Formats: sequence, structure tokens, C-alpha cells
Amino acid sequence: MAIQAPPGAGTRLFHPHFEGHDQISARTLGFWLYMLSDALIFTGLFVAYAVLNNPMAAAAGPIAPQIVNQVEGLWQTYAVLGSVAAYSLGTVALKSGNKGGVMLGIVLSILLALVFLYFEAHDLLGLLAAGNGPSRSGYLSAFFVLVATHGLHMVFGILWMLVMLVQIPTLGFSANVVARLINLRMFWQFQATIWVLVYVYVYMIGAF
Amino acid sequence: MQVAIQGPWSPLFGRLTLDSIPYTNPILVGTFAVVAVIGLAVVGAVLYYNKLGYLWREWITSVDHKKIGVMYIIIGLVMLLRGFADGLMIRTQQAMAIGPNSPGVLGAQHGFLPPFHFDQVYSAHGTIMILFAATPILTGLTNVVVPLQIGARDMAFPYMNALSLWLTTAGAILVMLSLFVGDFSAAGWVGLVPLTELPFSPGVGVDYWMWAIQISSIGTTLNAINMIVTIIKMRAPGMSWFRMPVFTWTTLSTNIIGLTAFPVLGVALALLGADRYFGSHFFTAGNGGNLMLYTNLFWIWGHPEVYFLVLPAFGIFSEIIPTFSEKPLFGYTTMVAATFAIAGISWAVWLHHFFTMAAGPDVNGFFSVATMLVGIPTGVKVFNWMFTLYRGRLTFTTPMLWCLAGLFLLLLGGLTGMMLAIPAVNYSVHDSVFVIAHFHCMVLLIGAAMFAAVAYWFPKVFGFKLDERNGLMFFWTFVLATGIVFIAMFALGFEGQTRRLAYIFDPSWKAMLWTEEAGMMLYLVSIGYFVRMLYVSLRDRVPVAGDPWGSARTLEWLTHTPVPFYNFAVTPQVNARDELAWRRDHGLDKVQPEAFEPIHMPSNTGIPFIIGMLAFTFGFGLIWRIWWLAGFSLLAIILAVIIRSFDKNLGYELQPEEIADMERNLSLAGIVAEQPARTPLTEAEAH
Repeated sequence: MAIQAPPGAGTRLFHPHFEGHDQISARTLGFWLYMLSDALIFTGLFVAYAVLNNPMAAAAGPIAPQIVNQVEGLWQTYAVLGSVAAYSLGTVALKSGNKGGVMLGIVLSILLALVFLYFEAHDLLGLLAAGNGPSRSGYLSAFFVLVATHGLHMVFGILWMLVMLVQIPTLGFSANVVARLINLRMFWQFQATIWVLVYVYVYMIGAF
Repeated sequence: MQVAIQGPWSPLFGRLTLDSIPYTNPILVGTFAVVAVIGLAVVGAVLYYNKLGYLWREWITSVDHKKIGVMYIIIGLVMLLRGFADGLMIRTQQAMAIGPNSPGVLGAQHGFLPPFHFDQVYSAHGTIMILFAATPILTGLTNVVVPLQIGARDMAFPYMNALSLWLTTAGAILVMLSLFVGDFSAAGWVGLVPLTELPFSPGVGVDYWMWAIQISSIGTTLNAINMIVTIIKMRAPGMSWFRMPVFTWTTLSTNIIGLTAFPVLGVALALLGADRYFGSHFFTAGNGGNLMLYTNLFWIWGHPEVYFLVLPAFGIFSEIIPTFSEKPLFGYTTMVAATFAIAGISWAVWLHHFFTMAAGPDVNGFFSVATMLVGIPTGVKVFNWMFTLYRGRLTFTTPMLWCLAGLFLLLLGGLTGMMLAIPAVNYSVHDSVFVIAHFHCMVLLIGAAMFAAVAYWFPKVFGFKLDERNGLMFFWTFVLATGIVFIAMFALGFEGQTRRLAYIFDPSWKAMLWTEEAGMMLYLVSIGYFVRMLYVSLRDRVPVAGDPWGSARTLEWLTHTPVPFYNFAVTPQVNARDELAWRRDHGLDKVQPEAFEPIHMPSNTGIPFIIGMLAFTFGFGLIWRIWWLAGFSLLAIILAVIIRSFDKNLGYELQPEEIADMERNLSLAGIVAEQPARTPLTEAEAH
């Protein structure tokens, strides 16, 4: 397409019936951009964790090998990946317009997410009870905030899923609902990716 | 996990007591009286002329990008005035409090501001000018102009656009409220740690600063997403990437910066918040806190933020200079490349804000070279503008004059910036007013671009030009004042004056400080001319149509002036880079569409405003530790979002007959016109 050409017989000055743009594709791009900004939030938190993951910042308190539980973390990882798989199977049902299939996938996804959150709450509350809360040291502050921010993402994801469970039967697969289901799938995979990074960086590397 | 706080606390009112109202401070009482009188006058006028319904239906609930842009600019101008008042107080204090024998009034030992109050004033000045004046005004300009420049009906997400506006407003209200309820941060606009930690700043000032920025920067991030999607997805047919106006390019790059930089600020402030509210130890002195972690996180946002502001300014220059040179922009492609080069380098220079703070020579060397690299694309831009001017048919209208003044300020600020890029120089001038003078040249160049843009695009939105005579007086007094204040400040920097001094110990600086004060008085005069310019323009209202400058080049001038709320009656087909100039050259600029078709428009909604106000009460609750208020507000925000997601309103369709009427009589469709109630589409009609 040339930058500039003289007008000819085929030159159009206006474009009636211009369909504009595809709403779902604009929303999907917007959601990708939101995830980019969210990924930067986690970048900041990982940086803070990296800076504070040293004996100085532990202020004579425990560091990773003393507090992280890789086995529990592994169950958490299975739960969160299973939850993503369940949701993805639900979106396969979306292709065939099967409301029940989508809702079943979401319900399974929520249940597995709750399993994850149970382990996480158990983990964090145990640390708090042992006096190793975020106010103990700079290292524990970074640990708690990083893990809890991911957990908070899951809580909001569950809330979103609950809303979708109401909207699928009442509103049907309208353009809005479909766009939300697609974005929710991306969000759910995004938080799972973050969890895998947390597991590798905090739990696995931290164990040594 | 709640931390212990000083002073009283009650479940109902949190930390708020009657003593939080500074009724003993005559400056604040006086300010309150003025604000109250102005506020009552505005409310009274709205009620007297019975415009409350109009205001709600046409502005507060509006999702029209032009109205949202105008509201952004109005908020920015109000905050600009507030920030200027702070600047005036800083300069006056320094002009008064020179030497041990200088008198003190209003409870101050020297000058008229006690140190704690003075610290709040400079902290507020920086915070407001960067985040609540420059950012909203530029966001507003991009909101108004970019969809028109790319031939779009609106932004990609009109509802989210309104949400961004009202979140920014919530932050601005919090900053203003800190004047009259409680106090503001006294730890600088950058929030020096550990000074901002609870033991050293036990009051609510830091909380005001933190939450105001946090809430408004969520708005800025959402707006960045909106802008990027709009530019990528909503361009008119034929508008290929390299036919986009340079202002659209700079808006794209600036919002990529905003999208990636603001979340980091959010993290820095959230971690500080965790320290202040949960007693964690991210940035504390002791218990494993790391002070440099904050400084790095803050400036990883802080430096890109500078380019977030300056790139739209460069875009404005690139629109206005070709218009008033009657030539295409010289070196369009290099201009775009330079824009993205600046944006790219912006992430790799943050450490130059603290060369003197314990980095080794290798680290300093890297950031020094990276900083100097910025000079290359910026130099390309300056030469491009100069070659655009060269042998052009120049008209010195006010927008053009502002741009030229901006170029001089860019030169002054840029070359002193190159000096500051040398780490060794920083060991002499770090934290001196030389640095202050340098970055004020830069932000005032942004200011010049803003005034240029407002004058340039004002007729597009309102259908009449700003008064040229008063505009010229405003320009000359403002530019002269800038010279007087900041050249003296450069000199004082070399003499060793450090920033943020409530008391001047060296009497030999008196002459320069008084020169600066004289400059501030001239600024006051320029504000007078600004107000008069607005008044005279509004009073006379000489209507203009089409392209009022006669030599504008880009797509936004193709539609009617004042622009109807649906932007383009029929979507234009873009054939060239400077579409309007191309049509004018080929005698096609007067061609209008013959037939109209229905236009799908979004319906107005009050939910963004409600969420914005709830964000305000959420912030207020957290600042004063009124937990029920914060919790209730957060819950209500979540509920509002959910309720909105069940909304079945699909917008409405503007019918061809109505469009034809409006095209004949533009006052029916202008920005101040009141629209009749329209019935939303049903699900069946939409398919």
C-alpha cells in the first residue's frame, strides 16, 4: 500500500458499510495487554523476592529451605494444572455450544482451585502460627506477598467463574458471555503459569 | 497482623478525629474559604440554571471519548493551578527565609511555613504536577484527538475509558482532600524510604500520597490498554501503519510505556503499604528491609514516566509544526523510529536518578552510556522539526509559538541532561537545584506542548478558536517567567544550593532567589492572561468550520468542526499519509458523503462514576484506617462490576434521517448539545 498516490477512477473517499472491528478480537487483545501489566506486577514481586532472598534479609529468621514444603507444593501444582485442564475441557464443550459441558468444566475447575487454596492457606497459616509471619523479616515479607498475590488471583478467578456459572444459563452464549469465557481461560492459564514460576523459583530452588 | 499506630483510633471513625481538621492553620483556613466559595458558586450556578440533570446525562455518565478527554483536561488544569500555588509557596518561603535574622510569621521561625508544612508543600507540588496535572491533561488530549486521527467512532472500550477517568478523579480528590482533612506526605514526591515508613511518618500524610497515586495509576493503566487496542484495532480502512499521524504513533509508544511502567509503581507502593499496614519489612531500616529495593522499583517506573509524558509532547510538535510550516513533516519514518528508540531506552536508564547511591563504576557506566544514548533519537527529532521549518511558509500562531518555545526548552533541558548523564558530575550537583532546573525545563516543554495542543485542537471540539491576543500575552509572559525562574535556578545549583530547603543559610543567594520570586510573579500575570483568554474566547465565540487553520494536514480535521458526537457521519477511506492535505492538494477536501446509514453508538452509563466514587471512599477508609468503610467500598466495587456484567444494554442506533439533520445543523450534535433520550437496541435487532 503506497503512502500516497494521485486520485484515480477507483479512489474512494468514504467507506460506507464499514463493519468496523471485531468486538471479541478487540477484547481479547485488550485482555492480553492486561495480562502483560499483571505479569509486570509479578515481575516486580519476583524481583523483590530475589533481592530479599538472602541471610541478611532473613534477619536471623528462617529462609526458604526451612519453610517451604515441596511435597505440599507439588500437590498444589497438580491441583492448579488439573483445574486448568478442567476449564480447557469446558471450553472444548463451548465449541459445540454445550452449556452443560462448559458448566461442568467450570465446576471441576473451581473444586480443584479450592483444593489448591486449602493447601496454601494451611501452609501460610501454619507459618503465621509458628511466629514466622510477614512481620518477622524482609525475606518472609517477600515470601508471603508473592504467594498471597498469586492466591488472590485465584480467589478472583473463582469469583469470575461463579459469575459465569450464573450467566451461562441466564444469558446463554451471547457475544459478551463468550468473550468472557475466552478471557477467563487465558486468565486461568496465566495464573497457573505464575504458580509454576513460583513453584520452581521459591519451592524447588529454595529447597537447596 | 494489624500494626500499632500512634494516637487515638475508634472502630467507627478510624484515626479520624476533630483534631485532624487543621482549623488552626490560617493558610489552610484561607484556602478552604476560597475553595468553599468557588465550590458553592459552581454548585449554585448549576442549580440556578437547572443544569444538574444535563451534567449527569451528558457529562458524568458520558462514554464519549471527546467529553471524557475534556473532563480529563479540566481536572488537569485545576490540579495544575493547585500545583502552581504550591510552587509559589516554595519560592516565597525561600525568598523570605534567608539568613538567621529573617523574620518569621504564622508560627514559622523563618518565612511563613514551618518545616513540616514546607515539606508537605514540595511533596504535593511534585506529586500533583507529574501525576495529577501533566498526566491527565496529556491523557485527555490523546483521548480527544487519537480516535479522530485514525478515523474511529470511539475508543475500543468506551465504558472502560469512563472508568479510567473517574479513577483518576478519585485520586485527585484524595490529594485535594488532604489539604483540609489531615495532612499530606512530607517525604518528597518520590517517597524516600525509610522516611515513609510508619515509625518516621506516623501520620496519614504518606497514606494519602500512596493511595491517591495507587488509585489514579490503575486508571492510567486501564487507559493505556484502551489506547493501544484502539490504535491497533480501530483504524479506518486505508489507514496503514505508516499512514498514521505521528501524534498517534507517539500515543502508541507512550501507552506501551505506561502499560509496562505503572504496574511496577503499583508494586513499589503496595509493598510500602504492606509495611505500613501489616508491619512487613520490605523497606524498613532493620529486620531485613532493603532501602535500595524501593529506590530501584520507584525509578524503574519513574524514568519511563518521564518519557510517558514527553513523547506525546513530541507528537504534538510533530502535528503543529508541519501545519504552520505548510509542509509535510520532514523525516516521518525516522520520527517514528526515534519515538520507539526513546521508548525502548527509557527502561534502561532509571539508575541515573541515583548515581551517587552506592552503585559501582561498572553499573554507573552502563546507565551513563544508556542515558547519553537518549540524546541520539532526540537529536534526530529536533533536526527533523528544524528541517520541517526550513523554507516552510511559517505562520506564527500561538500553537506554533508554544512549539518553538518548547524546542528551546528541550535544548536547554536536554543539554543539561547530557551533563547530568555523567556520573562524576552528579557527585557535585546531585540533589542540587541544578537538577531541579534541568527537569523543570523538560516538564515545562511538556507544558508548552500542552498549551500548544489545547490552542490547536480547541476549535475542533468547541467550534471556536481561543482568543489570539490574550493567548499571545499568556505565551510571552509564561515563557519570560520560565526564563527568569529557571536560569537563576541553574546558577544557584552551581553555587551549591540543595533542593527542598525551608531555610536558606547563605545570604549571598538572596539576589537569585528574589529573581526567581519575580519570575513567579510574572507566572501569576500569565495565569491572569490565561483566564482572560478563556473568558474572551467564550464571550466572543467566533464560529469556525472545517479546518480553521487552513493548513491542517491530518484526518481529524476532515470531519466537521465542532466535531459531532459520532465523529464521522460515514467512515472515511484513507488514501494518503496526510489525508486532509492530500485531499486539499487534489481539490477533494470539500467532498461530503451523500448517503448515511445507521450508526451504532454505546449508551451512557453511571457505573464508572459510581465505581470511581467508591474507589475514593475505599482510599479514604484505608487512609484513616476506617476498616468498615474500606471493606464496604471494596465489596460495593466488586458488586458494581458484577451487576454491570449482567447489563443487557446493547447501545442504540442513530438513524440516517437524524444524522442528516445533524450534518445540516451541527449545533445539534456538538459537545455541549443535549441529546434526546434514545431507546436501546434489543437483542433481536442487534443480530
